[in-house]
Amino acid sequence: MARSPIIPAATESPVSKVKLAERNGTFQIRKVLTSIIDWPMAALQRLVGERGMAYVFLLPNLIFFGLFVFVPLGINILYSATGGAALFPADRPYVGLDQYGYLFDCGSYIDPNTCREDHFWRGVTNTFNFTMFQVVTMVVLSLLTAIVLNMKIRGRGFFRAVYFFPVLLSPVVVALIWKWILQRDGLLNALITSLGGEKILFLNEPGWATFWIVFVSVWSHMGFYTLILLAGLQAIPADIYEAAEMDATPRWRVFWRLTLPLLWPNLIVVVVLALIRAVQTFDEVFVLTGGGPGTATLMVVQYIYETAFSNQVQNFGLAAAASVVLGVVLFALTLIQLAFTRRKTS
Amino acid sequence: MKGTTVFLGCFMLAASLVGHAQAQTTLRMTWYSDGNEGEVMSDLLRRFEEQNKDIKVVLDQVPFKAINENLPVQLAAGQGPDLARVADLGGVARYTLDLRPHLKDPAYFETNFGPFLEWMRVPGDTTSIPGIMTQLTLTGPFVNKTLFEQANVAMPGEKATWEEWAKAAKDVAAKVQAPFPVAIDRSGHRFFSLAISQGAKIFNEKGEPAVVDEGFKRAAQLVYDWHRNGVMSKELWGSVAGTAYRGANDEFKNAQVVMYVSGSWQIGQFDKTIGDAFDWVAVRTPCGPANCSGMPGGAALVAIKTTKSPQAVARLLEYLASENIAREFYERSLFVPGHLGLAKKGLDYKGASPQGRAALTVFGEGVAQLSPVANKLQGYVNNRVMFNAVISRLGQAIVGEATLDEAYRRITADVEQQIAERNKQ
Amino acid sequence: MNVASLLTARRSARRWHWTDVAAYAYLLLGVVLMFGPVLWLVLSSFKTQAGLLEFPPSLLPMAQKEVRVEGFPQPLQLFRVTMEDGSTRELAQVRRVGIQAQMVDPLNPSQQVRVPIDRRVPVRELSLATRNYTEPLERFAFTRFLGNSVFVTVVATLITLLINSMAAYALSIYEFKGKNAAMLVVIGTLMIPITIILVPVYLVVTTVGLVNSLWAVILPGAATPTGVFLLRQYMLTLPRDLIEAARMDKASEWQIYWRIVMPLTLPALAVLAIFSIMWRWNEFLWPLAVLTKTEVYTLQIGLNAFQGELQTQWHYLLAMTVVTLTPVAIVFVFLQRFITTGIANTGMK
Repeated sequence: MARSPIIPAATESPVSKVKLAERNGTFQIRKVLTSIIDWPMAALQRLVGERGMAYVFLLPNLIFFGLFVFVPLGINILYSATGGAALFPADRPYVGLDQYGYLFDCGSYIDPNTCREDHFWRGVTNTFNFTMFQVVTMVVLSLLTAIVLNMKIRGRGFFRAVYFFPVLLSPVVVALIWKWILQRDGLLNALITSLGGEKILFLNEPGWATFWIVFVSVWSHMGFYTLILLAGLQAIPADIYEAAEMDATPRWRVFWRLTLPLLWPNLIVVVVLALIRAVQTFDEVFVLTGGGPGTATLMVVQYIYETAFSNQVQNFGLAAAASVVLGVVLFALTLIQLAFTRRKTS
Repeated sequence: MKGTTVFLGCFMLAASLVGHAQAQTTLRMTWYSDGNEGEVMSDLLRRFEEQNKDIKVVLDQVPFKAINENLPVQLAAGQGPDLARVADLGGVARYTLDLRPHLKDPAYFETNFGPFLEWMRVPGDTTSIPGIMTQLTLTGPFVNKTLFEQANVAMPGEKATWEEWAKAAKDVAAKVQAPFPVAIDRSGHRFFSLAISQGAKIFNEKGEPAVVDEGFKRAAQLVYDWHRNGVMSKELWGSVAGTAYRGANDEFKNAQVVMYVSGSWQIGQFDKTIGDAFDWVAVRTPCGPANCSGMPGGAALVAIKTTKSPQAVARLLEYLASENIAREFYERSLFVPGHLGLAKKGLDYKGASPQGRAALTVFGEGVAQLSPVANKLQGYVNNRVMFNAVISRLGQAIVGEATLDEAYRRITADVEQQIAERNKQ
Repeated sequence: MNVASLLTARRSARRWHWTDVAAYAYLLLGVVLMFGPVLWLVLSSFKTQAGLLEFPPSLLPMAQKEVRVEGFPQPLQLFRVTMEDGSTRELAQVRRVGIQAQMVDPLNPSQQVRVPIDRRVPVRELSLATRNYTEPLERFAFTRFLGNSVFVTVVATLITLLINSMAAYALSIYEFKGKNAAMLVVIGTLMIPITIILVPVYLVVTTVGLVNSLWAVILPGAATPTGVFLLRQYMLTLPRDLIEAARMDKASEWQIYWRIVMPLTLPALAVLAIFSIMWRWNEFLWPLAVLTKTEVYTLQIGLNAFQGELQTQWHYLLAMTVVTLTPVAIVFVFLQRFITTGIANTGMK
């Protein structure tokens, strides 16, 4: 497997570290505990061989994934072929592909109003627009911030931490903070009126609402991607820049021809992660706008959630069908990413 | 609650020391609160446990969201509590337990909760007693009297129509610069209180839902026009998507609303927070061509089928339904009683301000104005389907995403589809 | 680092480049934008319910001054009144009737003055409505919820660290059949948010019999794809010769993993631990679905019990949001060094 030149290797000598730890008292306690596990594990290794141990290590994680992700996924697919309002699949009548039929029952896919499940298609359109805006903004701003943080500035650690802080907040908290600021009588309107303007009902106009959900989403996730890009920037050896400076290359050229290509793998990671997260957006938008005004900020995941829970008749079948469709789209996106990176690195 | 737990702990220790080898039944009650009912109920339960040392009741206080979204899933999976306070009576009906065989005096329940028991029953059932009403609510308008005085506009009288109120509110709002002349909760339930007065019949001769009729269209057109000419602000109905609820209590408390069509459950909150800021009154529901009726509602405390101790549940409900305890509950929570005997005797809301008491009286009187259609709608098992469809589609029409005719079409389709889905076997 | 040297640090020692100025301006803007809203939240959480409703909102939490006047049992609210002749006086309000207020001079209480209500302005003072915090906390078994949240967070993080590092070890050190398939499985899991499979996972948990125990919250999220990737990436950079040498010393694979690789992966483990703590602490939807008994509630659910059907109590909501925010903020203050350098060192592939 190719070792990426961008990731700095562990530089301290590992042997010295281990020896240092040995002198530490806690190591003794750990030694006792671990030797208790050592024996059965060694026995297991004799059974399955060195190669086989790989599977042993992988097993717990796979069991958890299997039980709590893939089995439910399978049940979900099962649900999507059933109807009715009962909870247990056994009590639900089989309806074949009817649920999918309802989802795709449209006069024209461009106009959600002609569709039977118009909220689903609105969700699709909204999610698509949101994803486009949000990912582009996020990548550009993260890149910009990473470049700024990479410059010779004092207090870099502090500023890095500042941008990372919102990442730690839960989406509900983030949305509540901004909802409080954007209200009719909130801080932002107070600032606007103090400057002589008229109050704007931000969350009541479709255009503004879309702007703000992108803003809030970028606000809360930017720090994470900034750090990834910063790591990439810092891994670029300084001599490249020195050489460029000696040639008196203009700064933008340095960026375009040197920095960007070297940063490309990290950028791809950021774009794909951001894309996947953007398509899955639910909590923040839901708490901030509730999908409104009207259905201007209704996302696909909100549609799925509401169909399964909030409606009077909890329509697990239809929600499952929609989530299968969503899953297929996301899977396709990820495959494209894999193909892209494989082509680039080979 | 923490103090209660400590108290209970000490008490149980003492009780066990006394040496009564009594088997303890533990009952779990899932509860949500709009105001202070949680505290009141904890208090009442503590006293119940004192009098009935063999029963322990644990009060699980949850957000309303959990009652609406998670409780049905839990009930379906057989993991429900022994009792639950629910608002969607029709949806939970099939999980409830008939307490009639366990009650000492079923006739008492019949007399005092009679008409409301129907709301808790599965269609076709005419005898079971699943629980009691924690409150009866009634929709109706609250009016900011001080704003009327400041604008020097006379408040319309008792028999005034919706249009007259809308005009008066708009005049007042223009003069005092209030952003919300009329505000109606973004809720299908509230909308129907307008629609019924405009003559909506809601059900056809067979008793099946036929939501969009002349009266309904009249009401929808009214609301649509009001949003167009500024009587109602788009901020309320147009701000969220789908079936999400939005109230205007904060705006009313801040004297930004002239007339707020909501319901009797707000009285407790208004009483506590408005204080002296302005004079607020409850007025009778305005009249339409058909009648001057509001919509009844309320939450009920029901027993769940899967309980392992129906006898204990019955004893608890008998205690809570008894006149003195029920009286105390309603009076401290400032609720309109869902207990016919108490309603007739009248309650003395000692904790309320004069304004609160006056408001409660007005709502109490409004009960007599309820039209049979309103009662029928509230008792209909699929009513929430209709409420949700109406508010979701009308909301879209208001922001301009759809025309009114499209909204009507969608409402009928939504209701049909969801009921069909529910009935699939 | 003192402020002066911070302000004068530049790209080149000779002169200010415009990029320096722009950089600092941008960073300062970042500080304001990132911290400002949270600061506003904290300040607002100390306002009274009435204070929250007013416009324009005051920056600091203020409450109306009350003053004790002779002859009146209750303290009266203090207003600043503009009299007809234009002068202003501070008067205490006895009662308000319609649009007229009856007021008295606190120093001269025998005389009552009638004032129209639009000519008076409340006199305010700085006051923290700590009731917003204490009242809900009294009502709920706060320590119990806190204990549950801490238990879930700690145990879940430990399990996550263990099984994710084991999987990462397998995927980074070994070559084996089905490795690519396993990688695909891990990637696939990344794409599925819990919201979509909420009901099926609930069914699985019910079948296994875990409903209403804290384990129902701990186990489903223990294996995280992000964790596996993070750790694998870091493990890829470890020198192989150490492992080979250990193998030649007849160390078992488990011993290599536990005694050599794990201590070396500590930075990445620290990062994963921080993320795991953050995810588990903030979890809401899933615990809400699977926990119904109050004794097993986590903090997030307990605090959210303020959402009745028909009201939102902003003053409690804001205060409780700050309460849930605080542990995260504390983690942040103490560990931000690790977070930022840790992620930088692992990158993400």
